[in-house]
Amino acid sequence: MNDQPAFEAKGAAKYFGEVKALDGVTLKAEQGKIFGLLGPNGAGKTTLVNMLATLSQPTKGSLKVLGIDVVEHPDRVRRQIGLAGQFAAIDEYLTGEENLYMVGRLYHLSAKEAKARTKQILEEMKLTEAAKRLAKTYSGGMRRRLDLGASLVGRPKILFLDEPTTGLDPRTRLDLWHTIRELVAGGTSILLTTQYLEEADELADHIAVIDRGKLIAEGTSAQLKAKLGGDVIEFEIDETDKDKAMGAMKGVSKKAASYDAESRTVIVPVGGHGARRLAEVVRKLDQADVAPHTLSLHQPSLDDVFLTLTGSKVSKDDEEPKPKKRGRA
Amino acid sequence: MWEKLYFQAVDTWAITKRNLLRYTRLPQLVFFSLIQPVIFLTLFNFVFGGALGHSGAAFHDKYINYLLPGIMVQVVLFGGLQTGIGLARDINSGIIDRFRSLPMSRAAVLAGRTLADLIRNVVVVGIMLLVGYFYGFRFYNGNWKAAAMVVIFLLFGFAFSWIAAFLGMVVKDEETAQLAGFLFVFPLVFASAAFVPVASMAKWLQHFAVNQPITFAADAGRELALGIPSHGAFWKLLAWVIGILVVFMPLAVWSYRRRA
Repeated sequence: MNDQPAFEAKGAAKYFGEVKALDGVTLKAEQGKIFGLLGPNGAGKTTLVNMLATLSQPTKGSLKVLGIDVVEHPDRVRRQIGLAGQFAAIDEYLTGEENLYMVGRLYHLSAKEAKARTKQILEEMKLTEAAKRLAKTYSGGMRRRLDLGASLVGRPKILFLDEPTTGLDPRTRLDLWHTIRELVAGGTSILLTTQYLEEADELADHIAVIDRGKLIAEGTSAQLKAKLGGDVIEFEIDETDKDKAMGAMKGVSKKAASYDAESRTVIVPVGGHGARRLAEVVRKLDQADVAPHTLSLHQPSLDDVFLTLTGSKVSKDDEEPKPKKRGRA
Repeated sequence: MWEKLYFQAVDTWAITKRNLLRYTRLPQLVFFSLIQPVIFLTLFNFVFGGALGHSGAAFHDKYINYLLPGIMVQVVLFGGLQTGIGLARDINSGIIDRFRSLPMSRAAVLAGRTLADLIRNVVVVGIMLLVGYFYGFRFYNGNWKAAAMVVIFLLFGFAFSWIAAFLGMVVKDEETAQLAGFLFVFPLVFASAAFVPVASMAKWLQHFAVNQPITFAADAGRELALGIPSHGAFWKLLAWVIGILVVFMPLAVWSYRRRA
């Protein structure tokens, strides 16, 4: 089992009626690493996670976890995995301790083992003090930690984290990042889905970008950034200045500038020397007699990734396919 | 094989315990499951009892004697309804997804829920008996038959839990499950011998009332508790209980597996 990929998908597709939530995705993740799945709301991230976690079955294609087919042997897969998500799947009317103990018993640990494991996880998740309080009294961050803790009770080899930091405040998010890093250091393989490039960049060894159910790019963070050209300079102009501005940007960077009509913004990928290029961009705009309304230099955002990879802005989530469920959207 | 059964029992008990713990922590659930039946019993006894005449052979001397078995049927059915409401709530809270990702028995989530509701019904029936006794109810047909009444009522409620479980899995929404349940159960309970003799109803309704399971349950209960002959209502009820379990247990488990 050791030489198997942590998980893999071959042409995996999931249709909800006419809607193609996932439309043929093929990918493979190494063991002991964090695999980042990056995409906007409704891109198909949760759909993929749910299929890998045996919650739903693919319409087409195959998925394996540690070499085990999820459709043929769901029970064997379930013994290897843990699942935590953006909506804490815990019982609010049980205490933290009771939640973990219940999950321990459901993983078929003996009563004694379940008790010991509960204590250990409460400590790891820094919930020992809150152990005897009902989970409904927990803060958002504590709930998320309890949920993550519940997914760890069975010592999973593969952990699926579906947008674990969505909706958390920055500090809680950093804490959670820290916990995730420790888990990987302990040998767990992780599939992390996120909407934030920053998060994938920070945590993932390997990143797959999906949009509208399709894989649109894959590689290490460095590879993806190289593709995007590093820093980005953006400025908003009057529509009538578009040609002048685009002309002026020729030769500023090896990569061509692009124009987003909807926001009337010119996007210039400038590689690793953003600050130096900024002066040049301003000078050239001045020479071309274009007065930008706004001008900024920043790291590429998810928006920029999508603009570069797909030529359109991040799709709005209300237009996007979503699984029918209310729980984990 | 034995190992599988053992773990099925472990899983079912873990879920049962979870549901029972929840009940103790939700004041509104305690109210609806424990206090409400007592209020029903009190109101029916002192409101309808007066109108119907407290004495008379039809009521075996006192209306409370007639009423208690009937109202118990209503109460165990309402208890059974909770199964569907609770399951719909769990689906929406996401905890069912957690259970489905665990290497646990697929039937345990449903079995644990119906079992917890059965245990709660045991408590409720006990309270009803106590309050009923206080209002003057007595068993007239021996202890064994009294116990048999309690057991068959609890089984009826348990079977009904599985219908509710299936409904809950299908509608997937707490409010809808509640509404569907009450729309379905209320008329059924009132158009039965649960509260008043069928003979006092409109003719067309009588045909329905005498042939439906809630009447069988009320009549069976009265035969066991008071010795009023019921023309085999007990066996008809038992047939219903077995029939419901045979149909709805697999249906509910099937809809749980199939979800998503």
